[in-house]
Amino acid sequence: MSEVLIAGKSVSVNEEGYLTDPSQWNREIAEQIAAEVNITLTPKHWEVLEYLREKQQAGEMLNIRKIGKSGIVDIKEFYQLFPGGPLKNASKIAGIPKPASCI
Amino acid sequence: MKKLLILGAGTAGTMMLNKLRHRLDKKEWEITIVENDPNHYYQPGFLFVPFGIYNKTEIVKPKADFFPNHIHAVWDEVVKIEPENNQVLLKNNDPLAYDVLLIATGCTPDPAETPGLQGELWEKDIFTFYTYEGSCALHDKLENWEGGKLVINIVDMPIKCPPAPLEFTFLAEAFFTNKGMRDKVDITFVTPMSGPFTKPVASKMLSGLLAERNIHSVHDFYIEKVDEANKKIVSYDEKEVPFDLLITIPTNKGAAMVAASGLDEGDDLNFAVTDKHTLQSKQFENIFVIGDATNLPASKAGSVAHFEGEVLTENILEFIAGKPLTHQFDGHSNCFIETGYGQASVIDFNYEVQPLPGKFPVPGIGPLSLLGISRINHWGKLAFKWAYWNMLLKGIPFPISTNMSMAGKEEEAATEA
Ligand SMILES: Cc1cc2nc3c(=O)[nH]c(=O)nc-3n(C[C@H](O)[C@H](O)[C@H](O)COP(=O)(O)OP(=O)(O)OC[C@H]3O[C@@H](n4cnc5c(N)ncnc54)[C@H](O)[C@@H]3O)c2cc1C
Repeated sequence: MSEVLIAGKSVSVNEEGYLTDPSQWNREIAEQIAAEVNITLTPKHWEVLEYLREKQQAGEMLNIRKIGKSGIVDIKEFYQLFPGGPLKNASKIAGIPKPASCI
Repeated sequence: MKKLLILGAGTAGTMMLNKLRHRLDKKEWEITIVENDPNHYYQPGFLFVPFGIYNKTEIVKPKADFFPNHIHAVWDEVVKIEPENNQVLLKNNDPLAYDVLLIATGCTPDPAETPGLQGELWEKDIFTFYTYEGSCALHDKLENWEGGKLVINIVDMPIKCPPAPLEFTFLAEAFFTNKGMRDKVDITFVTPMSGPFTKPVASKMLSGLLAERNIHSVHDFYIEKVDEANKKIVSYDEKEVPFDLLITIPTNKGAAMVAASGLDEGDDLNFAVTDKHTLQSKQFENIFVIGDATNLPASKAGSVAHFEGEVLTENILEFIAGKPLTHQFDGHSNCFIETGYGQASVIDFNYEVQPLPGKFPVPGIGPLSLLGISRINHWGKLAFKWAYWNMLLKGIPFPISTNMSMAGKEEEAATEA
């Protein structure tokens, strides 16, 4: 775990760059992490990010399938919004831990 | 008489039936188990049948052979639980009332979740070894297969026995080598995860082994459909992997009745929402859940059901006595990983601690080497079959502690991974 400066704020992240304390997150931080993976956040992105934060806070398990059933995006759109590993990227941008959906 | 009702007589249900019948007063408690399939399959054997290591007849026995005396068995399908009325609806029989309910209905692969899997190519060029029928059909296919592109694909997580797809891959590689046709088979392991296994240290060891055996691996591949005409699997982000023979591990789902009863998370996977430490339902205090049917962030494996059983038996007894539940499951999982050529690895982990190298079950001595590959580990895997039929199902404890122990494990490995 280490302290890094993102969007002018000091936050703690793990080895893979995930925020370890979701309460340190804000919109500027999200935008900067997104920029690092070449994503410009649109209103649709924000809806997904809010959904992820909400579910994570409620202690629910997060997986791609569940996001596809969220009513916000289907799985295909989720991949288009966050290319590559959408759940990993979206979680990192949302400032929540890497989902342990793979056991 | 008070009524304890168990749904499902697989690994966990049968084990709990034996444990609870032994512990609950016969004059006070009536125990009933409901199950719709009279055959008990030794599911770990599904991995070996395709390669002729086990014969298909040696992994099936009548479920009733493992039931104790003084219980009732109802052979029927559970359609719905009505928690508010403390009763369970069955397909062909009258509803069953309960004071305490235990859900042990497991999970099964559902190929219908992925378009193209169960189409024209099903059981011609697309197989699964995750069911008894599938495993037997694959055995017949492999006997005469002449080679080509072999693709092993995990559709989605969670699946039961997470190492099984990798074990299958290693066993297949050894099988074709021993048959003298390895040069005719191109093997690719395709997974939605970011590495071959879910936990970092084990994943690193296993990806090394894949490379050593000349097995390709594709990560972060989340399948959308099968392109049947061109024999390719296609991901949501339009990556493609061609195959001649596809071995699929379809989406694993809990029993539909769990969702029909409103006990799931609402994601169509039908896993029952369960307290990960006490194994009590999060919604109803007189409902408990065990084994593959739960939504616990632990492996879905027979060994896990066994460790859960030790905790759950005590908690159910405490619940019945009106006491707080004091026994906690730590997510302990212990499994052998077949690596081919008569060898295997073994891993031991829990909610907090990932698999680490070391010696097991006696710290520093073994004889099993954690995360190492050895012949003795393979014997351990084969011995599990005997222990399964003769100890696990009958509820006899293993000489392994219920809570995971750090003794004998090398902690430095975790920081290096
Ligand atoms: C290929 C493969 C390899 C494996 N290898 C290993 C291994 O090496 N080690 C290990 O520990 N585990 C292994 N496992 C996993 C292990 O078999 C399971 O985790 C274990 O059987 C789970 O037990 P369970 O009682 O929860 O579910 P199950 O044993 O599947 O039992 C569920 C029961 O509920 C019944 N049921 C379901 N719905 C209903 C209904 N509506 N009405 C009535 N009855 C119903 C079913 O018929 C079934 O009998 C493997 C699994 C597979 C598929």
